[in-house]
Amino acid sequence: MTMTQKILAAHAGLDEVKAGQLIMAKLDLVLGNDVTSPVAINEFNKAGFDSVFDTEKITMVMDHFTPNKDIKAAGQCKQCRDFCGEYKIKNYFDVGDMGIEHALLPEKGLVAPGDCVIGADSHTCTYGALGAFSTGIGSTDMCAGMAKGKTWFKVPSAIKFNITGKLPEYSAAKDVILHIIGLIGVDGALYRSMEFSGEGLKNLTMEDRLCMANMAIEAGAKNGIFAVDEVTLDYIKDKVDREYKVYEADPDAEYEAVYDICLDEIKPTVAFPHLPENARTFDQIGDIKIDQVVIGSCTNGRIEDMRCAAEILKGRRVADNVRCIVIPATQKVYLQAMQEGLLEIFINAGCAVSTPTCGPCLGGHMGILAKGEKAVATTNRNFVGRMGHPESEVYLASPYVAAASAVTGRISQPSELTD
Amino acid sequence: MKAHGRVHKYGDNVDTDVIIPARYLNTTDHKELAAHCMEDIDTEFVNKVNEGDIMVAEANFGCGSSREHAPIAIKASGISCVIAKTFARIFYRNAINIGLPIIECPEAAEKINDGDEVEIDFESGVITNRTKNETYQGQAFPDFLINIINSNGLLNSLK
Repeated sequence: MTMTQKILAAHAGLDEVKAGQLIMAKLDLVLGNDVTSPVAINEFNKAGFDSVFDTEKITMVMDHFTPNKDIKAAGQCKQCRDFCGEYKIKNYFDVGDMGIEHALLPEKGLVAPGDCVIGADSHTCTYGALGAFSTGIGSTDMCAGMAKGKTWFKVPSAIKFNITGKLPEYSAAKDVILHIIGLIGVDGALYRSMEFSGEGLKNLTMEDRLCMANMAIEAGAKNGIFAVDEVTLDYIKDKVDREYKVYEADPDAEYEAVYDICLDEIKPTVAFPHLPENARTFDQIGDIKIDQVVIGSCTNGRIEDMRCAAEILKGRRVADNVRCIVIPATQKVYLQAMQEGLLEIFINAGCAVSTPTCGPCLGGHMGILAKGEKAVATTNRNFVGRMGHPESEVYLASPYVAAASAVTGRISQPSELTD
Repeated sequence: MKAHGRVHKYGDNVDTDVIIPARYLNTTDHKELAAHCMEDIDTEFVNKVNEGDIMVAEANFGCGSSREHAPIAIKASGISCVIAKTFARIFYRNAINIGLPIIECPEAAEKINDGDEVEIDFESGVITNRTKNETYQGQAFPDFLINIINSNGLLNSLK
């Protein structure tokens, strides 16, 4: 069995499962946000449920349209707040405590290796970085999960990515995952697991892995998952204070395909509008002027991302006519960036620094694009209208590339500034 | 159990951001969501869609966000079934869960044109194109899916 299949088998109380098998699995965590939870709460009330399965295994994070962008958004948060109060849901995170959900939950130690997690947000696949099975579902599944603590899955087959080598200077985990999505396409892993393993894993930090697992959904995958190693155990040791189990893929596990990914060969990569699979390296990019840069999101809003951006922006200025918006993903990241002097670097460079929010990534607020505008963003999607007007454009890139582009005012790689 | 109507045809990778842009996700009201359905790729959709119409698309329909607002908007706009070559998995699950029938059928997705009159029999999975006098074999719905669709969604079916 693959790593994913072993976790699913254990949560279904079975010795073995096969790809395609339908199972009922116990859940370790059910997640929702301020956009998806209200739909689940409406269904919960309509169905007449009067209790939740476990007050500690449900979490709601108010991150999408917060701090409340308008009256309707405020109403949606209030509905979540009231529900969590009524049902005594412990892990409710509101403005002041909250961060972007997929940066926040690992930081809070709410996910451990071997867990089975569902979340009403497609980027719930992020927690595969910790060696958990974690997948996005919709609000109805969230509702049933909150009530019953279990859900049905079709056991996925898997694609294996054998990672070797080490990333060159100014190449990042974001470049690796954009390269992979470019290789297999936006439906290249449809219904399947993406399993990452190999000797090169030791050269990827936990934040690198969170960034890569986060975008498994952009290849259509059910989940992305990383083999557990010293890096994982070191990350969780002062965060997770409960028992967990580490699962490894069997040596004879079946994979539909195996890709060898050599980190040494990864170059700064940009995904062009309007699909994450439109990955290009700088020999294929040319001169593209930009209007905005966004550095943040559940993909690239963690402290290492802030450091990469600050390394480029230090002592430089954001180009005239470019707005650069930096959004630390959690309060902890924000505070740490402040203590390390990174916020000062951003502000001196002419960036706006925001409280944590998903905001512009999904075209919610805090940096919406006008008709015809172009943005370089460290976010995860560049679909039509994703960051604003249907005729605006989003180019996906790493924090290094985003920061370098902010300085030059066109899509640029860091070597253009440092050579 | 059948669906019958005129076809609205789209291409590959119709994502949830164009089905219902995030700027409208500050509501859960089905009618409000339907009023903006497909707005960013087809501004005319809401004006031309009639109750019972059918949506047909190519590969990876519904990719992107997990927002259940996407199948809700499609269903509330009057669409009775979506046919595609393939669906993104979260969308597939969400559509069934809210009682919007969807069928994977590469042949139908390829041959059906915008404006064709199409009928779908969910028990047999047979899709009939009345405009072109063709039939295509889609995936038949197993009993538990028919039950969810007939009950107007997963939670109703559990009652």
